[in-house]
Amino acid sequence: MGDVRLMKGNEVIAEAAIRCGCDGYFGYPITPQSEIMETLMIRRPEEETGMVVLQAESEVAAINMVYGGASCGKKVMTSSSSPGISLKAEGITYLAGAELPALIVNIVRGGPGLGTIQPAQSDYFQAVKGGGHGDYKLIVLAPASVQEMNDFVDLGFELSFKYLNPAMILSDGVIGQMMEKVELADYKPRWTDEEIEKISGSWATNGKKAGSERNISTSLDLDSAKQEVFNHKLQAKYRAMEENDVRYEKFECDDAEYLFVAYGSSARICQKSVELAREKGIKVGLLRPITLFPYPTKQIQEMLGQVKGILSVEMSAGQMVEDVRLAVNGKVPVEHFGRYGGIIPTPEEVVEALEEKILGK
Amino acid sequence: MTATTEINNIISEENLVYKKTSVLLDNEMHYCPGCTHGVIHKVIAEVIEEMDIQDKTIGVSPVGCSVLAYNYLDIDWQQAAHGRAPALATATARLMPDKYVFTYQGDGDLASIGCAEIIHACNRGENIVVVFVNNAIYGMTGGQMAPTTLDGQVTATSPYGRDCGSTGAPMKISEMVSLLPGTRFVTRQSAETAGAVRKLKKAIRKGFENTREKKGLSFIEIVGTCSSGWKLSPTQSNEWMKENMFPYYPLGTLKDE
Amino acid sequence: MTEEIIIAGFGGQGVLSMGKILAYSGIMQDQEVSWMPSYGPEMRGGTANVTVILSDDRISSPVLKKFDTAIILNQQSMDKFESDIKPGGTLLYDPNGITRHPERDDINIYKIPGAALAAEMGNPKTFNMIILGGFLNVKPIVKIENVKKGLEKSLPERHHKLIPLNIEAIQKGIDSVETVVAL
Repeated sequence: MGDVRLMKGNEVIAEAAIRCGCDGYFGYPITPQSEIMETLMIRRPEEETGMVVLQAESEVAAINMVYGGASCGKKVMTSSSSPGISLKAEGITYLAGAELPALIVNIVRGGPGLGTIQPAQSDYFQAVKGGGHGDYKLIVLAPASVQEMNDFVDLGFELSFKYLNPAMILSDGVIGQMMEKVELADYKPRWTDEEIEKISGSWATNGKKAGSERNISTSLDLDSAKQEVFNHKLQAKYRAMEENDVRYEKFECDDAEYLFVAYGSSARICQKSVELAREKGIKVGLLRPITLFPYPTKQIQEMLGQVKGILSVEMSAGQMVEDVRLAVNGKVPVEHFGRYGGIIPTPEEVVEALEEKILGK
Repeated sequence: MTATTEINNIISEENLVYKKTSVLLDNEMHYCPGCTHGVIHKVIAEVIEEMDIQDKTIGVSPVGCSVLAYNYLDIDWQQAAHGRAPALATATARLMPDKYVFTYQGDGDLASIGCAEIIHACNRGENIVVVFVNNAIYGMTGGQMAPTTLDGQVTATSPYGRDCGSTGAPMKISEMVSLLPGTRFVTRQSAETAGAVRKLKKAIRKGFENTREKKGLSFIEIVGTCSSGWKLSPTQSNEWMKENMFPYYPLGTLKDE
Repeated sequence: MTEEIIIAGFGGQGVLSMGKILAYSGIMQDQEVSWMPSYGPEMRGGTANVTVILSDDRISSPVLKKFDTAIILNQQSMDKFESDIKPGGTLLYDPNGITRHPERDDINIYKIPGAALAAEMGNPKTFNMIILGGFLNVKPIVKIENVKKGLEKSLPERHHKLIPLNIEAIQKGIDSVETVVAL
């Protein structure tokens, strides 16, 4: 066993960033995720790995620093919570439009507006369906444990460089604020200039090499014909993500007659609900999407021969349930159960909702 | 001997007194006749060539008329969202401290929507050069009022003349940023005469030299014209600039540490 | 073995750090653990509570409605959590400041004069370790040597000199539990 510690989800994000060879973090304080930047400031990675950590003047500036750093072929990231992510939406769509890799962490809190600082999952649409303008997608990873907070930092960078597309870790105050046992990854050195040249030389704006074309990091093309071709390319990339990089987990699904679909902290709660429901003789399983985009549509469809009804459980008024319904396409009843505004549902409540909304039918 | 052959014979290496720098590309510029951007681009390109830093320079272009600046200078470029160029440049310079990073921004981009980014980049003393082209108007969107528009100046959104009572006074950005300890070199230049262009080139060179010496932020404002937005001929524009802009935005160096 | 615990009291009583030491002790004996605090404005001077789970298996929900054990350190928490203990579960409380004592008869109830003992030890900061000792008497789910290891791991080096005092406080707690209701 490697370096095992008891850590908060937010602290782990910072630690994982340092250890995975991240080059730069640019952030702005907002509850409930300020520990990420605070931990980085305490750790002084500048001295250890050379990683740059900067508190920006605003979320807007922070995401644009990420755009600048990503343009150089560097591994850069930012983190925020819901209202801050709304501010970053502009920079995020520019990153997608310029095909730049970057990692954005959203420790979601309840909204709309300033909302609450308590956990919620009401930014699903924003993360998965857009948020900024234009036809773009983020790679969205939804950790359900502190260990996954650790693992998905590296994975997020890996996928974002694989597809040259920004990736988001969509978590919430439950996972961000709780402590669990975590096995930290070994240190990976930051990429050298030579490695960056090899990996990103064809697009990184780190100085025009003699004898080669200059690189331009831009999302602008005033020629509509070219812009359409570019959009086709983006769409093909998103289809490739759907083909190759769907991640999910099944829990007690083998004999399941009913199914919970839930991600992140709700999936943890539903795991308990599965235990409680099975004590009552209800054969229910859990399908946990790990990637929210690309979404495990096929995996839900594969369950349809077996399950009689699906309950989508989210800390929102019903967002992911739309993707479940699209997958199910009317073949079995799909209902939503959610608490929101910062209220976390209890495992017991979820079982009651299953009984009332699905079994009761 | 025809006239053309005669001219072609004159154009030979030994007779050359001026040559376009190779850092400036041959792409036809989209700027309007009389616009100052073309001259400023040329001056920056010449400085890059003379300092032999073409392979180490990264430009950050704004949103505004110079959004396509990357089409004209043969260096690596980042194209920023409106007003955010100093944020991009901040990260770029910090992540690659041996490079030369400059932003190229107009007055709408820098003084209005990007006010926070420029003030904080200046305050942190980022090791970058900021080239700030002030022509007192939004050019690209069709001549609207900018924070730098003069009192009484007619624009598309101040059709009866700017009323400073309700829209605030024209902002003197160079004076503002010169007060911040992070700035090392703050100067206001112009480009309407050969002499002015020579002084501008010296200032831009000084900016890049400051970057080389890791001195921090160099802020170079250039008071320029916008014939289309001002609805004047190029010659009239220069006259109008001298009569109206220079008294309010006096040329000269405000800070050199 | 899975033990689902709520520790609740005032901010400043060391509720969160007690939970953290308990969780760390679990890690030291290769268990899965989770520590989920209430966070936000509540933290600032008001009530504080933390859900701690130790288990031999993967932990499902870190957020719970029903608990195996509640450790209650003020009246508000008594009012809030007494009803959330599973039948047959355990309630451990410090009677200091408690005006309405627990009323349930389907759970085990113990009390420990933590505040009084801390005052006796001349160090109010030992309070939460005394309470932890009380809990370990009632539910010896972690070994004292693992608590010691947990303290070593969770405390910064400069505070390691305080470990013997903490262990002494835990021992005091172990020795000072009074049974109110035993099923």
